[in-house]
Amino acid sequence: MQTFLQQVINGLSLGSIYALLALGYTMVYGIIKLINFAHGDIYMIGAFWGYYVINTYHVNFFVALISAMIISALLGMLIEVLAYRPLRHSPRITALITAIGVSYFLENGMSFLFGADTRDFPQAVAQHNYHVLGITVSNIQVLILVTAVVLMIGLQLIVQKTKMGTAMRAVAVDPEAAALVGIDPNHIISFTFGLGSALAGAAGVLIGLYYNSIDPLMGMTPGIKAFVAAVVGGIGSIPGAAIGGFVIGLLETGVQAIGLSAYKDAAVYIVLIVILVILPSGLLGKNVKEKV
Amino acid sequence: MKQTMKKVVAAAAAVMSVGIMAGCSAKFATTKGNESTGDTIKIGMNIELSGAAGGYGNQMKQGFQLAVKQINAKGGIQVGDKKMKITPVIQDNKSTTSGSASVTAQLTAKDKVSAIVGPATTNDGTAAIPNLTKASVPSVSPSATDPNYTLQKNGKVQPYVFRACFNNDLQGETAAHYADNTIKAKKVAILEDNSSDYGTGLAKAFKQAFKGTIVSTQSFQEGDKDFNALITAIKAKNVDAIYVPGYYSEAGLIIKQARQAGVDVPIIGSDGMADPKLAQIAGATNTNDIYYTTPFSTKSGETNAVAKAFMTDFKAEYSEDAPTFSALAYDSVLMIKQAIEDAKSTNSVKIANALAKIKDMPAVTGTTSVDKNHDPEKPIVIESMQNGKVVAATAVK
Repeated sequence: MQTFLQQVINGLSLGSIYALLALGYTMVYGIIKLINFAHGDIYMIGAFWGYYVINTYHVNFFVALISAMIISALLGMLIEVLAYRPLRHSPRITALITAIGVSYFLENGMSFLFGADTRDFPQAVAQHNYHVLGITVSNIQVLILVTAVVLMIGLQLIVQKTKMGTAMRAVAVDPEAAALVGIDPNHIISFTFGLGSALAGAAGVLIGLYYNSIDPLMGMTPGIKAFVAAVVGGIGSIPGAAIGGFVIGLLETGVQAIGLSAYKDAAVYIVLIVILVILPSGLLGKNVKEKV
Repeated sequence: MKQTMKKVVAAAAAVMSVGIMAGCSAKFATTKGNESTGDTIKIGMNIELSGAAGGYGNQMKQGFQLAVKQINAKGGIQVGDKKMKITPVIQDNKSTTSGSASVTAQLTAKDKVSAIVGPATTNDGTAAIPNLTKASVPSVSPSATDPNYTLQKNGKVQPYVFRACFNNDLQGETAAHYADNTIKAKKVAILEDNSSDYGTGLAKAFKQAFKGTIVSTQSFQEGDKDFNALITAIKAKNVDAIYVPGYYSEAGLIIKQARQAGVDVPIIGSDGMADPKLAQIAGATNTNDIYYTTPFSTKSGETNAVAKAFMTDFKAEYSEDAPTFSALAYDSVLMIKQAIEDAKSTNSVKIANALAKIKDMPAVTGTTSVDKNHDPEKPIVIESMQNGKVVAATAVK
């Protein structure tokens, strides 16, 4: 029982990272129907930024987290302007291939500039373990879970309660009609990229702190898994992405816990296939109103 | 305009094909293999500078460059009665098998190198063999550890394939004996890196040699960062030790997460862990009761003069402690240098023959001889770490 609860804790902390990443995928997809494969690499840039500011300026963890979110948001918007905006009216496959290109560019660019070697992330928050009913929970796991939940609630508020959020939802439903009532779609799309990338940047710093190891290729696998999480939850749906992230995190942990570690990635992709066959719009995908 | 363009292209194509044919006929006219024509000798490096194994490849590049720099500073390699400097040609195979094959073709056919250092992994190394054999150019891999890497399908040795590292069987067996005799472990869990032949090969060798029970064998992939689920599962099994054949980037995380989860049993590993980064990633306070087999120990400077000089020079050059992979790449160059001196020739076939006959060559990773399977014979060391520091290095016979 203790082992089981411990595994649930493990799954939730892994899942919160996937959820943060999945939100970025889902928001961008909701608005311009683009699967932004460079999203995982923005997460990597966020982690490297955190590494840089903590090591160079000895700032505390929250400054690193917020500055990484700002830098990632700017980078996300820059990528959108340079790489995706010129292709706005091209076939979707063109933009998709460009996204893969951007992903390779970021991965190899970082390897070229800073080396492909794994680095140890500075321990800005000392780790403590809490022992509750025989389960070990570290303060960093709690921090990740709380940060992830706070950011998700914040995102939901922005999307549902602000003018910008209303405009985002309007563009998601019908960009042309939105333009007719005076919303600039380019502006909104830029904002969406910024918001999604900020979450990825935050996930990068959290992962750096949690695992203490970052490298230029760290965004590849989590990026793909987060994409699966977004699809499972219903791509385009914000609560769906959050649920999808936790589902994938718990699934991966569960598969390893029962001794099938060799198949943990396979299990994630099997779920993807099953969902696409049985529920093509994902768990919460039918809720068109949520589409952002 | 279009017409002229076409003509130019056609002419260029014709010239090129003549060139290729001329290349062929020239090749048949001379002796087998590459030979240097000028005052320098070309040594190639086919290495993983980007992609999954990029981190290890770059460390090897540093070791390679240091060796070349030092040899050239002393005037070069003695070939018969004249000294020849080394011209290094370093190419990135991007951690891909196709990249490795094409880099080998380029190095042997275009650059006409006399010998090659690399690649880092068995997979990439194996992909290079057909082109090496075709061009009759030897390669020395710093870290391709699969036992069959230097062997042909029929069990005969590959004439142009050498390595500076131990093969998996030796390391896995040594670790198993250590777990049996020194740690006296009865129950062991294995966490293997199944994304490389290295991890699976070592785990296989360990399983065959270990006398106790192996209660669980789980696997992970290169690049994984979360091992909490595996560690929680192992914790419930109450093992005496964990064997982790893999590289420091993942092994460091396993150590960190195991210690934080309260799993304090000894963790045994292989030379992929022998890197100063291991303790940095795991955190010094977590790095206790760690044991791994390695050809190169930072402690070996106390007994080995070559290693001592290497470590001092490496630190002066790159301002960090020398990792094992750099030491192995450095030794790969030393082996090629020794072979060229013994052969008194820059002909690649003669170098290959001389490589196979290396005896008692002083090297960073210990006095090295090459055996009949083109494996190096040198002392294997088990290093133990406490509090993030290597506290002892025991040589194993």
